[in-house]
Amino acid sequence: MNWPYVAGVLLLMLGLYTMIAQRNLLKKLVGMTIFQTAIILFFLLTSAKRDGRLPIVPPGPVDPTPYMNPLPHALMLTAIVVMVATTGVALALLIRLYAAYGSLEENVIAERVAAETLPPDAPR
Amino acid sequence: MTRAHLPILPVLLTLAGALLVPIVALASRRAAGVVAAGAAIAAAIAALAGVAQVAGGGVLRYAVGGWAAPWGIELVLDPLSAFTSAAIAGVAAVSLASAGPGARAAFEGTTPRFYALALVVVTGLLGITLSGDLFNVFVFLEIAAIASYALVASGAAPALAAGFRYLVLGTVGASFYLLGVGLLYALTGTLNMADLAARVPAVSASPLFAGGVAFIVVGLAIKVALFPLHGWLPDAYTHAPPPVAALLPAVATKAPAYALARTLLYVLRPDELPVTTVLAWAGGAAVVVGGLFALRQTDARRLLAYSSVSQMGYIVLGLGLANSSALTGAYLHILNHAVMKSSLFMAVGALMLSARGPSLGALAQLAPRPLIGACMVVAALSMVGVPPAGGFFSKWYLLQGAIEAGQPVLVAAILLGSLLAAVYMYRLTEAVWLTAGDEGSPPRQREAPPVVLAALLVLALATLGIGLTNEVIVERLLAPAAAAVAR
Repeated sequence: MNWPYVAGVLLLMLGLYTMIAQRNLLKKLVGMTIFQTAIILFFLLTSAKRDGRLPIVPPGPVDPTPYMNPLPHALMLTAIVVMVATTGVALALLIRLYAAYGSLEENVIAERVAAETLPPDAPR
Repeated sequence: MTRAHLPILPVLLTLAGALLVPIVALASRRAAGVVAAGAAIAAAIAALAGVAQVAGGGVLRYAVGGWAAPWGIELVLDPLSAFTSAAIAGVAAVSLASAGPGARAAFEGTTPRFYALALVVVTGLLGITLSGDLFNVFVFLEIAAIASYALVASGAAPALAAGFRYLVLGTVGASFYLLGVGLLYALTGTLNMADLAARVPAVSASPLFAGGVAFIVVGLAIKVALFPLHGWLPDAYTHAPPPVAALLPAVATKAPAYALARTLLYVLRPDELPVTTVLAWAGGAAVVVGGLFALRQTDARRLLAYSSVSQMGYIVLGLGLANSSALTGAYLHILNHAVMKSSLFMAVGALMLSARGPSLGALAQLAPRPLIGACMVVAALSMVGVPPAGGFFSKWYLLQGAIEAGQPVLVAAILLGSLLAAVYMYRLTEAVWLTAGDEGSPPRQREAPPVVLAALLVLALATLGIGLTNEVIVERLLAPAAAAVAR
């Protein structure tokens, strides 16, 4: 059994479940972050090797076998930047949502949005 | 010299514009708007030059930073990517050049923020279409998406909730795509599309491959707003500020639709998996369900948003059928839908400058506005599929494709979607033309700011122009692209 991958799948499920099951928008965001982190973990696992060495290569011909693959790390550096930006925008939105509706509960916000946007007899 | 750089030029121009806008805005907000429009127009010209370069079947490859593919990131200009990037850049240029009055009404003192974010969105969308690298596509997807979340959420209070929902679902979509790319990378060790396409046959029996395909398709389907994954779209496009609504609904779902076509049909080609069948049926369902939802809306913007769900269904249906005619129709509909949806949202935005609200009832109370009304009718005809408007031809090709594929139910869905479009577009144009007129008719006032009217006219003429020149577009660009992968 490849336990690190199992842990990755569990984290992925945990994140997805949190996003679906939680009513609170901040908790949904936490779930989203766990979900993204699981994907980053998965990418990094693809580069891992038992007793792998850092991919700093001396000049001259080298045997690549003992080195870890650096590409997934480089990719995930970019993905982490994307993730930070997304989280930043999400938190900014949550602050403004809380200021506008006084709550971060999904159903409470939905009620207050409906009350101010739709005339009472309009179909949804 | 310039020719070799054509694949990267549109992306660079809009990115440079996005960086310049905040700097210029320090001196003058009005100048910032001019810079933004200039950057978008320059990108559109560069994209059109790219179309001229590859029309008939040429390919231009560009190694970013001089790192050769498959190790470096590659941008690829071929007929399909040139066509899609020109469609996106062209519509974005028209909508940004005419955004001034709407942006000043919606953003007041912060118009440069709108322009900078809009250019970032366009940069991301153009990057998706031009990139030849799967991970690079993810980065551009997210560049476009993060700026879109901010743009949508910059509307009045209900836009915040819509924006957050859009953000969560959009991120899930992008993450699924990334996970799929990761599985394929683990399997093949490459991210370059051309390289991957060559390695796929050797691994296509692996369950990892099936998983990768499934994650990529579901992720992009969320971004395309394919029914039943369209949950984010109606609220986001209803509550987005009018100048944002003239841009995002027209182009933001098109680049992911292109990415879906590119990865699925040109790179992965999972012939043993029933992916295209599922897409064709989901597209057919989207056409009908989106149309039915559009019928019951009383808010003009929401009506148009649900019509987008229906029209994106047409595109995905065509990709799913994947024969030559259906693909041609799907690609052509990317352009047609971008032009007509931008035109309609722009017209509704222009009407909202003087109307009491966005409901059909409020629009009906305005004095008649014949020019805006006429432009809306042209777009409506295109949506329904009446010749010579562009929409007729894309639907004609789709219909032909569905008949060739021997799918009577999908043929019925295509026709029913047009019928539904006729009814909901009639409700919208009726509200504009048959007015209660309690605003008072003459003294004749200006219908809308001149620049908006000019943009509406350009889009209406483009709708007719695409219809009249569709044979050239299809022959020189779309038919070679479709023939390369058609069943």
